[in-house]
Amino acid sequence: MSPPPRDTAAVQPRSETPKPFAAVAKVFSPLTGAVAVFGEHVLLLSRAVTWLFRRPLRIRLFFDQMEFVGVGSLPIIMLVGFFTGAVTALQAILALSLFQQQRYVGFGVGISLARELAPVFTALMITARAGSGMATELASMRITEQVDALTTFAVNPVQFLVTPRLVASAVMLPVMSMVFNVVGLVGVYVVSIISYHIDLGQVLALFRHGVDPVDYFQGLIKAFFFGITMATCACYQGLSVRGGAKEVGLATTRAVVSTSVTVLVLDYFLIQVMNVVFPYGGT
Amino acid sequence: MAEDLQKRDERWQLRIRDLNKSFGSQHVLRGVNLDIERGKINIIIGGSGQGKSVLMKHLMGLLAPDSGHIYVDGQDIIGLSDVAIAKIQRKFGMVFQYAALFDSLNVVENIAFPLLERYRLPKKEVLERVRELLDRLDLKLPGIEQKFPGELSGGMRKRVGLARALIDRPEILLYDEPTTGLDPIATQNVDKMIRRTADDFSVTSVVISHDMASTFRIADRIAMLYEGVIVANGTRTEIMAAPHPVLKEFVETSGAVALAGAAS
Repeated sequence: MSPPPRDTAAVQPRSETPKPFAAVAKVFSPLTGAVAVFGEHVLLLSRAVTWLFRRPLRIRLFFDQMEFVGVGSLPIIMLVGFFTGAVTALQAILALSLFQQQRYVGFGVGISLARELAPVFTALMITARAGSGMATELASMRITEQVDALTTFAVNPVQFLVTPRLVASAVMLPVMSMVFNVVGLVGVYVVSIISYHIDLGQVLALFRHGVDPVDYFQGLIKAFFFGITMATCACYQGLSVRGGAKEVGLATTRAVVSTSVTVLVLDYFLIQVMNVVFPYGGT
Repeated sequence: MAEDLQKRDERWQLRIRDLNKSFGSQHVLRGVNLDIERGKINIIIGGSGQGKSVLMKHLMGLLAPDSGHIYVDGQDIIGLSDVAIAKIQRKFGMVFQYAALFDSLNVVENIAFPLLERYRLPKKEVLERVRELLDRLDLKLPGIEQKFPGELSGGMRKRVGLARALIDRPEILLYDEPTTGLDPIATQNVDKMIRRTADDFSVTSVVISHDMASTFRIADRIAMLYEGVIVANGTRTEIMAAPHPVLKEFVETSGAVALAGAAS
């Protein structure tokens, strides 16, 4: 009886293909490779979730990661959030002024922020900052055998390293996305009310009329899934690294690129799902 | 024979039988047979890429073989559940090539890590045990307890790594190429450290090495791993007289014979 696979071997070698199928396999190898990598991501994610419900629960690790993902990203999220709100408001005002309807700026930008800009930009910014950090940290832990060292103390590396990062990202991305929303609206306020002297009462009234809590809720759900995506991609790339310093750098690059692409693709599908779950009931 | 292996043997603590392991098309271990003597320094030598590290990872249950058996005090560790393996792993301590200290923890936290993870001991007791061990290993540098691995020299890091491996009082200590990347003096210090640890803590030492000079200085038993099998195995004198051509080349090019001759 063969023993169960250990979690340290994040990437198991695949068995050889019999000869007649070798040529076919070669043609499809990019595809099968991609499917295999996707499968390994799913496997890592499911292991991380499973280990969440097993003892011991190391609360400190979770809070450390939340601080790293959330609090650490606060300045950059506020900066990007403010300017995203301000720039979008600026463009919206230019477009709306064609129809003399600048007062719709709060409504338009508010809904864009809530549904798209806040979750997506938050995910991209936190990926650049914390996702890359996760991948680098785990990759250098892997190549300096710290991951193996964990195993020698009967500590499961997935439970110790991946689960806290996963939970912290899934919790903190929605929180940061909400911060992005609020600061973005401050940006809108500064541009439209202070710079362009649009009537605050009208902007607010239209904002309240048009932007629904459901819009924010949708954004938060997206941010939650983006957080899971980021932690999974970053930890996978970090843990599957082999070799030296160069590979650490490459793993970080791959983590950022794969997360960013996945976030944007996933966004499309999440919108499709949510359009069904929450039929658009705008104004 | 099988019954024999499943009984605790006074002389041989670890017994490896027909161990096979492949990675993809690479057949790394091709039927390794080896006995490790209790309380002695057992050194496994071999060139790079001959499967030494893979063999060592099998000993601790970090890798599962394709086939074969490893008996630790008569208990076959292959095919055990994670929980059972974790229990056996407590008999082992591992000193990694570059210490593998956790960057995010300071020296005390690193050394205490196995204790804190395995048992629910009061912090004070853990700290006492760490300090006692630091003393025994002559790790007495001002402020060393609060230092992070990045602030330590290579030799220091190795000793902290040793302390971490020793803190849970293992019966078997595994060293992965302990002298790689060290200058001759540091190498000698590590040799002494291994010797003293084996004597003071009466542990069984398994050392993986390609450094013949230091192997001949400290080994009680030497085994050579070549192309996935053990081609020679015995005491120092037996190894020097062994006929295997690759082993001969290894011994001669290292000048270890001259060294050993001079020593005796």
